[in-house]
This record gives sequence, C-alpha cells and structure tokens, in this order.
Amino acid sequence: MLIRKPSDIAPSEITPLQHYLDRRKFMMAGAAGLLMASDAFAALSFKKGTSVLAANDKPNSLRDITHYNNYYEFGSGKSDPSENAGVLKTHPWSIVVDGAVEKARTFDIDTLLRLPLEERIYRHRCVEGWSMVIPWVGFPLAALLKQMKLTAKARYVAFETLNRPSEMPGMAEGLLAWPYREGLRIDEAMHPLTLLAVGLYGNVLPNQNGAPIRLVVPWKYGFKSIKAIVRIHLTDTQPQTSWNLATPNEYGFYSNVNPTVDHPRWSQANERRIGEFLRRPTQMFNGYGSQVASLYQGMDLRKNF
Amino acid sequence: MERRLPPPQPALSRIKALLFVLALIPFVRTILIVLSGDAIDPVAFMTHATGDWILIFLMLTLAVTPLRRLGFPSAIVRLRRMLGLFAFFYATLHFSIYLVLDKFFDPVAIAHDVVKRPFITVGFTALVMMTPLAITSTDGWMRRLKRNWGRLHRAIYAVAIFGVLHYWWLVKRDLRQPILFAAILAVLLGLRLFWSFRQRYQVRQT
Repeated sequence: MLIRKPSDIAPSEITPLQHYLDRRKFMMAGAAGLLMASDAFAALSFKKGTSVLAANDKPNSLRDITHYNNYYEFGSGKSDPSENAGVLKTHPWSIVVDGAVEKARTFDIDTLLRLPLEERIYRHRCVEGWSMVIPWVGFPLAALLKQMKLTAKARYVAFETLNRPSEMPGMAEGLLAWPYREGLRIDEAMHPLTLLAVGLYGNVLPNQNGAPIRLVVPWKYGFKSIKAIVRIHLTDTQPQTSWNLATPNEYGFYSNVNPTVDHPRWSQANERRIGEFLRRPTQMFNGYGSQVASLYQGMDLRKNF
Repeated sequence: MERRLPPPQPALSRIKALLFVLALIPFVRTILIVLSGDAIDPVAFMTHATGDWILIFLMLTLAVTPLRRLGFPSAIVRLRRMLGLFAFFYATLHFSIYLVLDKFFDPVAIAHDVVKRPFITVGFTALVMMTPLAITSTDGWMRRLKRNWGRLHRAIYAVAIFGVLHYWWLVKRDLRQPILFAAILAVLLGLRLFWSFRQRYQVRQT
C-alpha cells in the first residue's frame, strides 16, 4: 500500500554507502524474524527537507538509530526494542483526535501517509546524556491539527501510545504508567519544527523507532517524542506524562534540552554523540533556540524544567 | 583470629591459574565486542560491563568466608585475594573510562561530580577505600599489619555496600539488577552478622 511513485530522492543520495549496506544487513536480519510486516521498509515518497544541522553534525547510521532505543514497552534495555518490536502489528492503525475540538475525528494511518511528507534531519538528545542525528520523514503536527476545528479550550495536547501488552512484552515489567503518555502546550504542538514522523532514512519507520507514527520534538529530551501514537487529545489542563508520573522531580512537563539545568542525578552540560568517544557540549534547546526560545520568554526554565 | 594457612598445594596453584584466566574473560570479551563495533555506545557498554564485574567479584570475594563455614574446603580462602584484586582491577578500568572518556582528565568536573552527585560520591569513595586493600593484599603486608590486617580489610563490607548503592542510585528506572546485587550482599553480610551474634551469645553462655 505504501509503494507508490518512486521517491524524489533515492535513499542512496542521502545515505552514506556504509549505512546503506548496514541497512541491507539489517533488513536480512529482520526478514528472518517472525511476523515482519510485508510493507516494512517500503520506500516513502517525500520532499527532501532543509536540515538544520551544524557542520559537525552528520546523520547516524541506520543501524545506530534502529539498535539503540529507549522504548520501555519492549523492555528497558537499549537493544530490547530492536529484538522485541518485530511482533507489533502496525497495520491497520488509526489515531483518534478528540477533546477540545468541534468534532472528534479518527484518522487512518493510510490517510495520514498521503499528506505531503518531507525529510527533516534533526538532532536527538536523550535525557540520559547521549545524542544522535536522525533523518526523519514526516509532516508537521500542525498539518494534522489544522484539519481540526479546535475550541478555545485547546490549550494543551495530550498524546497516548498504543496499549497492547500482548505484543509489547516490556509492559509486563510495569516500569511506567501505561499507556505511555506525553504532552505539549498548544503553541509547542503548532510549532513548525514539531513533527509527526512516519519514516526514517527514506523508508517506513521501523517498529522499534515508534512505527507507524511518532512525535519528534527536537528541542526537547527524547522521551517527549512519544512513539506509536493512537490518541491525540486536546485539553485545557496540562496533561500527565509518564516519566513525570514516575519521578516528578527528575522529569518535568517541559523537558527542554538545557545544559544549565542538570538532572538531579547527572549533569546535562554535555552529551556523547553516538559514534564519538569524547563528550561534546550540549546546546540550549538542543541548538534550536533561534526557532523556539521565544516560546518560553519570561519563563523560569529552572522551575519549569 | 588469623589461623595458620595450610601450605600451598600443586592442585591449588592449577586452580588459581584457571581462575586467573577465567577472571580475565570478561575483560577480553569487552575489548573484542568494542573492537568488533557491535556496541553502539562503546563507552556506555565498557562502563556497564566493568561495573557489573566489579560487583560480581566483590560478591565472590565476600562469599568465600560463608562458603567455608558452610562446608566448602577451607583452601578456597587462598582464592580470595585474587578475587578481591580482580574486583579492584575492574574498578580501576571502570574509573579510567570515566576519567578519560567521560571527563577527559578534567579535575574540576570530577570534583564537581564527586561532591554533587551522590552516586559518584559513593562510587568514588568505594574506589578510594579499595586502594589500600589492594596495596596491603600481599603476604608481606599481612605479616606487618598482624591483627590490624583483618580489621583494615573489613572495609570491604563498606566497599560492597557503596558499590551496590552506586549502581542503585544511577539507574534510571529498572532497578531489577541493583536489587539482585543488594539481595546477594544482604545474604552475605547477614550471615556474618548472624554468626557473630550467635558466637557472642554462646561465649556468654559458657
């Protein structure tokens, strides 16, 4: 269903050969696994986006991006999602958009995939102190929200991940309040950098990266970028978020990348870019300050961490 | 209370040689995995691998006395020094990775960590406390320190507690492994407490 016209850009144009070869290796490993959806890794057609990268940022390999994941529904280890997420059925799939809207709607994933897709190469900073550069394919969340008639009460957006313990073995460990929940303020949600990603390296999103559709908010710590979304709820109250429920003093609602506000147990001043041995300084708002700092004008970011 | 140890036996030296080789396997394995490129974050991988083995060797070291009391041949005490020294070996590697790859020899950043991050405070304290134990592990120091050697080396109880706390406090959410180490340590130290109370009680009775 996803194989339509060929991409405007061949994956080989944006993917270094080495990574491309890794991809083949990964596909072969994946094919050996059970229940790989037949449309997995189908190429997407998309517009090559303008990446907002500095000279010292280069995309991580597909192998890095797909084998080093935090996705506790599939286990708490970094390799658990790549090992366990293959069984997740991501088709059929739909997203309910409800709450402070004139009329709730259910979007089928196939409909969403027909929206104009673009590539966005973003830095990704995990709250644990590591980072990657990831070439996502997707559309702005605003493109979806603009199809809805929001009411005046739509001040926040709450997101929910799929709640399917039968295909998500890590959920039995009970490490977080399920289903996984995240939230944004409406202006953050409408910001042009805020992306709903459906692809990676030009292909359909692998399960361990949040297939079939996930949020990407590049100026916030990675856990804000909720995976496998099934519900988007507009509300007038600040939504509960899973990590905040788990440890309120460590994971705030905003969780903007901020080198001057440490995690209570470790420093956020620097990060290890996966693929590098020495740490590099972390940038305010993960380097997206010129686009997003105005959202937080006048706010005490130490208090609103 | 140090009893005279039985003289070394050829069988024992073979067992010691075997133990030495076995104890190096995690080290070799870690290097091979890093060189193969299989570890996506090799620094985190090396840190966690060495950290796990420090705790494993500390637990093995602390298991020697209870095992003897539970009927294992008392000659196993001759393996204890090597087990303890391997805990120190992996601790040295663990700290070196932090020193070079995490902090790049930045003394200010390290001092800041030691003061401000409780998990670093206890981890660093454990390493500092292990150092004199490693230095005084030789036969010469045992003779020189006499009764005090045993007293000094009781510091390993604190080292193990701090080591487990270090792990417990750094974990983001999944505490299963730190809990496992804490449970093993509780048994190993609990047995000692039990035996020492019982001994005191029996001494008073007679």
